[in-house]
Amino acid sequence: MTRTSDLSELQSIARTVRRDIIEMIGAAKSGHPGGSLSAVEILVTLYFDVMKHDPANPTWPLRDRFILSKGHAAPVLYSVLAETGYTPKDQLNTLRRIGSIYQGHPDRRYIPALEASTGSLGVGLSLGLGMAEAAKLDKSPSRTYVVLGDGEIQEGQIWEAAMYGGYHKVDNIVAILDNNRIQLDGWVKDIMGVEPLADKWAAFGWHVIEVDGHDFVALQAAFAEAEATKGKPSMLIAHTVKGKGVSFMENNPKYHGVAPTKEEVELALKEIG
Amino acid sequence: MAAKYELKLGAATREAFGKALVELGKENENVVVCDADLSKSTFTHLFKNEFPERFFSCGIAEANMVSIGAGLASSGKIAFVASFSAFVLNKGFEQLRVNVAYSGVPLKVVGTHSGISIGEDGPSQMSVEDLSLACSLAGFTVISPADEPSMFALVKQAAYHPGAVFIRAGRIKVPVIYGPEQKFVIGKGIQLTEGTDLTLISTGLMVAECLRAAEVLESEGLSVRVIDLHTVKPLDRELIAKAAAETGCIVVAEEHLVDSGLGVRVAQVVTETSPCVMEFHGVNDTYAESGLPEEVLVKYKMTGADVAVTARRAFGRKK
Repeated sequence: MTRTSDLSELQSIARTVRRDIIEMIGAAKSGHPGGSLSAVEILVTLYFDVMKHDPANPTWPLRDRFILSKGHAAPVLYSVLAETGYTPKDQLNTLRRIGSIYQGHPDRRYIPALEASTGSLGVGLSLGLGMAEAAKLDKSPSRTYVVLGDGEIQEGQIWEAAMYGGYHKVDNIVAILDNNRIQLDGWVKDIMGVEPLADKWAAFGWHVIEVDGHDFVALQAAFAEAEATKGKPSMLIAHTVKGKGVSFMENNPKYHGVAPTKEEVELALKEIG
Repeated sequence: MAAKYELKLGAATREAFGKALVELGKENENVVVCDADLSKSTFTHLFKNEFPERFFSCGIAEANMVSIGAGLASSGKIAFVASFSAFVLNKGFEQLRVNVAYSGVPLKVVGTHSGISIGEDGPSQMSVEDLSLACSLAGFTVISPADEPSMFALVKQAAYHPGAVFIRAGRIKVPVIYGPEQKFVIGKGIQLTEGTDLTLISTGLMVAECLRAAEVLESEGLSVRVIDLHTVKPLDRELIAKAAAETGCIVVAEEHLVDSGLGVRVAQVVTETSPCVMEFHGVNDTYAESGLPEEVLVKYKMTGADVAVTARRAFGRKK
């Protein structure tokens, strides 16, 4: 796989990933484009730059772990897994079809390189804490990264996990909050607001870093800061735009879980370039 | 003959679980344990005292504990999570389903204080539906040992079982059924007495009660077979089918809701192999109440004498 810290290369990969997402969901005629597009830079930074992992050896014990706790954003993860060489790229458009390895939500029975099967919200951070604790016990340098949705943190288990991570000083885990401010039924603030985010996580004992979730340089710096932070778990609050990169999807609650039509796919691909 | 079992009181199965954990901890440094502020009750404190660095204190947050256990288990640890059965299964069920069963993670889940024999604490702590819940997790192995030796042996075996396991343990001291030479194999039931007129099948603390029932019934001239199904899932189909064919009459007794526990699962096997007269003895679609454990067990008909009543009725239908 290509590893790169270069801004223009990362931007080019992000374009490819956005195209994959639109094409996959367009072909499937169902899926979640908005929350996939908002997390593109986060996953690209992790998989192409920050995380230590090896697509040729997915069970390498010292690998960093990644959990997409907001499992409905499966398309962005599938694209990144395919672009890094874990899974076949030419099957991406079988998303959500019977027998496809690209199931509706990430399913490790079909993709063993996945650390977790996700899709039911709120459970991924706790699972990641278990992996991080195992790494500590083994004195392994492995770090664990968990991507959460901002709607997802309405789930109570998230706060059980927040309490555990802060109290037990699990400093080898990084939670990334894809703060795109929209959930299925509408704007998060209109469903059940989750602010003040930074204060909440800080109060639970987390080192909070606020970052523009579409700015590669800022993300790289944030992950470096998290790695340098000892004695506390880190929470990256990534401010993002739902549907980022496709004008008619941006900040539009409709595209949380609605696939683009054939015409919309063409329009979107033209915009992404 | 059931009379050969002296049924002297031994330790509670939860205590045997705690002791087995310590042995496991000594022989394998990969063994880790999570608990949710009940370690003195679940007996995981024995492990905590010996191996504090491998004990994860999760606080009163069972859902989080189950997922953390799953994370540890998917990173190669032999991970146990323990709490009262009512809490770990009810509050952790979603996590058991998604992070453990569906994800194929070999977590070991132990529910203590199962059934109604907790006594004084009452129904909020009494798990009368735990076998049902655990059996509905696809791929899970479900174990419900009857006494101290079987619990000790089966916990040790469960640690090395390749899949996810739920183990049901009880609060109160229970009679010892098995001697030191007895072998236990996950998935293999144990026939405790020969018998040709009828079979009593049970699990957990009701196995000793079935032996008591058998002794009474034998004194009335009946030949009674008693079977301990310490593994509720997968069932020992061969042993059940043989009992159905050879005795033509089966009573299943359990400290669990009668319409969703061991009995209905045994009935499925009997129906598919050798249909015969069956009756079911358990908790009848209700929650129990506070009281001394022995009082609660008597009031809710969980004694050998009560099982004998059901058995006579079943045998009467056989003729």
